Amino acid sequence: MGERLYLHRHSLVHSLPSHLKIIAAIAFILIIVSTPITQWGAFIAYILWLLTVVFIAKIPFSLLFKRSLIEIPFIFFAILMPFFGTGEKIQVGPFDLYREGLIAGSGIVAKGTLGVMTAIILSTSTTAREILRGLERLRLPVLMVQIASFMLRYVNVVNDEMERMKVARESRGFEATGVKHWKVLATAAGALFIRSYERGERVHLSMLSRGYEGVLPHEEQIEHKATVWLKAMMYPLVAATIFIAQLLIEKM
Amino acid sequence: MHIPDGFIDVQTSAIFAGLAAAGVATALKGARTQLDEKTAPLAGLTAVFIFAVQMLNFPVAAGTSGHLLGGALAAVLVGPWAATLALAVVLIMQGFLFADGGLTAIGLNVFNMGVIGVWAGYGIFLVLRKILPKNKSSISLAAAIGGLLSVPAAAVGFTIQYAMGATATFSVSTVLGAMVGTHILIGIGEAFITGLTVSAVLASRSDLVYGWKNNVQKLEIRSAH
Repeated sequence: MGERLYLHRHSLVHSLPSHLKIIAAIAFILIIVSTPITQWGAFIAYILWLLTVVFIAKIPFSLLFKRSLIEIPFIFFAILMPFFGTGEKIQVGPFDLYREGLIAGSGIVAKGTLGVMTAIILSTSTTAREILRGLERLRLPVLMVQIASFMLRYVNVVNDEMERMKVARESRGFEATGVKHWKVLATAAGALFIRSYERGERVHLSMLSRGYEGVLPHEEQIEHKATVWLKAMMYPLVAATIFIAQLLIEKM
Repeated sequence: MHIPDGFIDVQTSAIFAGLAAAGVATALKGARTQLDEKTAPLAGLTAVFIFAVQMLNFPVAAGTSGHLLGGALAAVLVGPWAATLALAVVLIMQGFLFADGGLTAIGLNVFNMGVIGVWAGYGIFLVLRKILPKNKSSISLAAAIGGLLSVPAAAVGFTIQYAMGATATFSVSTVLGAMVGTHILIGIGEAFITGLTVSAVLASRSDLVYGWKNNVQKLEIRSAH
């Protein structure tokens, strides 16, 4: 799963340590969401900077947009907002729109898009395993890291299991068309649970037989130089500069 | 479909990140006493199961279909502690890998689905298990009703966050009505699937169902003809 999302390239963004990238991504998003949407100049600068980073990371723009489609339901919600509301109305083309709703709606779209795209840069330039290691370095509890690594390791296995069950159903002439077929599908879900659980037990026993006592062996920690830190933090720092510049321009 | 970045303001997101972290920390403690070193593989495979089963489409009508959310189902099958951990991990990975749910909104999402969804579903299940007769079909029924109510309960969680820090302009009462209304409909689907899935597991490996574990059936001796 994680391997399918990762795009192997040689770029500065790919080479940075994952925990710094996670900090940078979250800091960037925090700056974005703290900017009022009425400062639209700042948002244009943010998106230009984000696209620059996408370019530096050698991620194709088509991939970026294709994967951004995940936020469509919320965009739909935001589009409804200018039409249903209260307060002052303004004329935009053929529509009578509510001003407040329009501002809030465009804020949700702009901030949501920048957030989604930042997460896409992260997961496209970092393998799932590296992201997990980064979260571990950022003190995500060890047990959570282990649960997540089991999830990553077995998600393909269990998906294949589900796919095989689907093929088996269809080769017997089954086609799910409505509510009356839920019982069959739920039985399949039940069988999938039993198979996943039994696999969990088997994995647990084989881990015990290899001397597992509740913790996984650790690799040694590497200290990163200040320059590496600085390179990673460029992502939020430029956004912060835009934020401050916009405040100064407003003051003048 | 999870909450994206910028939908709920930073202060509220921070508060719920704290609450979600507290919920996960409690679940970690609970899971350690319940499962000890078995926690990681079993909660891990439960996370995989939830992740996979969310991709199993249940056709409703006219080309639309829905999928299971799985909070109450996981709680009944593996216990509420491991269920909270599994859902939290699924949501964190969905945010970081698939950009589904904002990175700064992970706390909000984990709180709604991993804490409220799981515990509301499990709480209702426990109450009904006490009231209903002690047999397998009441376990499935209790799980189904737990599933039914866990979904609007999570929607209420969302509405509370919306009331505290929304950046949108719909009034809170409108959002409450719309969220709870649609999520009761989703909950009906969740109820059927949860109940049927639990009864399928009970039929073949009832020993795996956490919500049934203490009811060992007496050995029945039948004559052979």
